[in-house]
Amino acid sequence: MATVTTPAGPDSRLTPSRRELEQKVTDRERRRRRRDARGGWGLLTPASIILAIMVGYPAVLMVIQSFTDYTVKNKVQGTTPNFIGIQNYIDLFTKSDFPAVLFRSLALMVVLTALILTLGVVIAVLMTRLGRVWRVVVSVGLLLAWAMPPLTATVVWGWMFDTQYGLVNWVLNTLTGTTEWTNHSWLLEPLSFFFVLTIIVVWQGIPFVAFTTYAGLGQVPAEVLEAASLDGASGLRRFRFIVFPYVRSILTVVLVLQIIWNLRIFTQVYSLQTRGGVAADTNVLGTYLFRQGVGEFGATAAIGVFMVVLLLALSWGYVRTTLKEEEL
Amino acid sequence: MSTQINVGTQLGTAGAADVLDKPVRRRSIETRRPSGKKVFTRTMLNVAALVVFLCSVFPVYYMVNLAFTPNAKIVSRTPSLFPTDFTVNNFVSAWTREAAQGQTDFPHALGATVTVTAGVLVVTLLFAFLASVALARFRFKGRRTFIVSILIVQMIPGEAMMFTIYGMIDDWRLLNTLLGLGIVYTAAVIPFTIWTLRGFVAGVPADLEEAAMIDGCTKAQAFWKVTFPLLAPGLVSTGIFAFIQAWNEFTMALLLMSGYNLTLMPWLNAFQSSSVGGAVNWGAVMAGSTMIALPVMIFFLIVQGRMTGGLVSGAVKG
Repeated sequence: MATVTTPAGPDSRLTPSRRELEQKVTDRERRRRRRDARGGWGLLTPASIILAIMVGYPAVLMVIQSFTDYTVKNKVQGTTPNFIGIQNYIDLFTKSDFPAVLFRSLALMVVLTALILTLGVVIAVLMTRLGRVWRVVVSVGLLLAWAMPPLTATVVWGWMFDTQYGLVNWVLNTLTGTTEWTNHSWLLEPLSFFFVLTIIVVWQGIPFVAFTTYAGLGQVPAEVLEAASLDGASGLRRFRFIVFPYVRSILTVVLVLQIIWNLRIFTQVYSLQTRGGVAADTNVLGTYLFRQGVGEFGATAAIGVFMVVLLLALSWGYVRTTLKEEEL
Repeated sequence: MSTQINVGTQLGTAGAADVLDKPVRRRSIETRRPSGKKVFTRTMLNVAALVVFLCSVFPVYYMVNLAFTPNAKIVSRTPSLFPTDFTVNNFVSAWTREAAQGQTDFPHALGATVTVTAGVLVVTLLFAFLASVALARFRFKGRRTFIVSILIVQMIPGEAMMFTIYGMIDDWRLLNTLLGLGIVYTAAVIPFTIWTLRGFVAGVPADLEEAAMIDGCTKAQAFWKVTFPLLAPGLVSTGIFAFIQAWNEFTMALLLMSGYNLTLMPWLNAFQSSSVGGAVNWGAVMAGSTMIALPVMIFFLIVQGRMTGGLVSGAVKG
């Protein structure tokens, strides 16, 4: 806990008494800082310990494991695994489905993020133009969708898209007046699987974006907007040139968060797969890793390291923006 | 570390506009003289609002509706949109039946989840509170570094380390125990909790404490008597956030727990995919889902005004 104050150097212009006084002040300041350092780190200790043990340690361990052929056999027999360099990474990209899974995850992320952001912003703008009653109605609806635990949401949506008894097939039959949709399986075909998945994730993702953007829109001064509309600026131009600059920083953070969350998606994909999806054709990063199972610790560690690096790189923008905006 | 559970909900400090109460903007021009075109626009906007509302609410409504509908009517070619044959049998089935052969039933899973959640809540709030006081009230070397590392740790996807953590928990003989799962969850929610609470502590002016100190309090007394009572709402919101995360978490619970120690989410997963004595009882699944979702919905409604602030706090403050 080093202290950083340097005592004031002798200054001829100062009278001795003032110098003494200043010396006294810096002494007190130094003591205060030392006390602050001791107290500060003391208070940080419990949280630091648990983060060091549960995040720092496994992170280091995982990186080390990813360079070895560590398997569950080593664990059981107590033998030391061999160091095999970057072989796990080479195998990951040349001998496994991982590149396909990565591509699928990224593509899904782009679609989900674009849809959630667009619809979220549109609904936020809509909310600013509604009367009080209707705004409350919309808010309550969004809040309920947001509050559904992801797994229960997937269970309900999965049932609505059920092959035999699903509501969706019944509605489509009724609307088209045919029986074409009877026993139509929504989850068997990967593309159709991802269509259902997208509906679920977008449905749950919109409220966060809508509420956050709505809060940001509240900062746009009404006078400026009125002036612009009196000067004849159209709605779209007002949004582009007046509203957008106000909410840009919020949207940046929301964008980065959506990218990260949509890449990390697990629950909805896993749960839909158990409802009838073909796991091999519909895995994303999280479910792919999970389905490797306990055993090949070295190989799965390589996947984990890759995921951590990818997500940290993508969230760098969020960390930087937050640090810049926040007074530390 | 943050596992999947970090994803769901974020709430926090900034006190983003309370959407249920405060109108954002006056519409002084539009409301002055309603012309035909304005009325048309207004109607279209309200129709859009209705559509958004219906789309958002329908799955929730449908779940509750099916929970009160007899299973025989659910598993039918004509869906039942209203609970015409109102029944609570589904709740009884969900409550009493095992999720699957050799797996837990709802009351046990509920007990396990409540235990883990409560433990995580207490430990997280205590540790995070201490840390946030240090970060907001003390000036020392390494403080900024700690804040930056908290932000970074928050972005590390915990589920990427799932098997390494599995190995650790296994080494400690904590596999399939509530303690093991609780430790994993605590580490997962602590970074965001610190971050959020730090904002709340910083939001109480230090001047108040200084005034109390001039009146003769020690620094600690000033903090406990002046600042702490003002932090109560912040602690409640942050606690609810931690609760929702631990309650909703699925990935690590699926990996670490089995048999009679399942928490609610893996219980639901087992209950909806395997069936004891015949087909899946969808009415019971919906009843179980409803019971699981209900606490979260209630807490969401409590903290709705502060829901969005935390992660975008810097940006929202503007």
